[in-house]
Amino acid sequence: MVIRVRDPFATLLGLQRAMESVMGSDWFGTRTSGSGAFPLLNVFTEGDDFVVEAELPGVKKEDLDVQVRGDLLRIQGKKTVSYDENASIHRRERAAGQFDRTVTLPDEIDSAKVKAEFRDGVLKLRLPRAESAKPRTVTIN
Amino acid sequence: MASQVSQEVAPREKRELTQAEERTEAGKFFSPYTDIHETERAVIVTMEMPGVGKDAIEIQLEKGVLTVKGTIDSAKYESVQPLYTEYNVGNFVRTFTVSPKVDAASISATVADGVLTVELPKAKEALPRRIAIS
Repeated sequence: MVIRVRDPFATLLGLQRAMESVMGSDWFGTRTSGSGAFPLLNVFTEGDDFVVEAELPGVKKEDLDVQVRGDLLRIQGKKTVSYDENASIHRRERAAGQFDRTVTLPDEIDSAKVKAEFRDGVLKLRLPRAESAKPRTVTIN
Repeated sequence: MASQVSQEVAPREKRELTQAEERTEAGKFFSPYTDIHETERAVIVTMEMPGVGKDAIEIQLEKGVLTVKGTIDSAKYESVQPLYTEYNVGNFVRTFTVSPKVDAASISATVADGVLTVELPKAKEALPRRIAIS
């Protein structure tokens, strides 16, 4: 027998969250959903490449989808947390659900050379700058 | 059938540990998001420790206190320059008081995709017993 106490505020909060995510997604705006979205991202540079990292513990590799187009990076997927039906839950802090985030990078990306790695729940992307976006030294005659 | 837990993903800040005890190691310490659930046979603790490899996890049970510690390899951040950061990276540590009804000798742990699962089997005397009526 599983007794699960339903929080009366959960439904209301869920609605509020859905509203906020629509507002935050900037669907109607000109910006991309760069801020206030899941997953949180860290962007680094290494030489001419961008390195993007996101912590996605518990997400299966198959459930992750990464797309690159121009200077846009899109990370989408779903995270599931499931337990045996007969289990009683003592503490629940882990979140689950769908996510979709797009970020604009400062430069065009060479999408053919993007490398992705997912290890220990951390997604690491290496995004080389497109040749056309690399700075070129001009020789003066 | 496994029941799905619905708690929507949302960006949230990692909980940095306020110093309860002084540490001599460098680096930040975070408290991992943890689920605890109980089945008929065991209590299962699930912890999110992204970036912590199998060999970097230390699990200790001493005097009824279970301590789990995950260490991050920060060397890989030495060659990169931060451009835009939203989260901090650090080690994970969390302690739990374990019921004496747990069979300490047969505690097991697995790690997959940055999620550590520690299974604490109940001691024989704590298992539910069905009593037949004669």
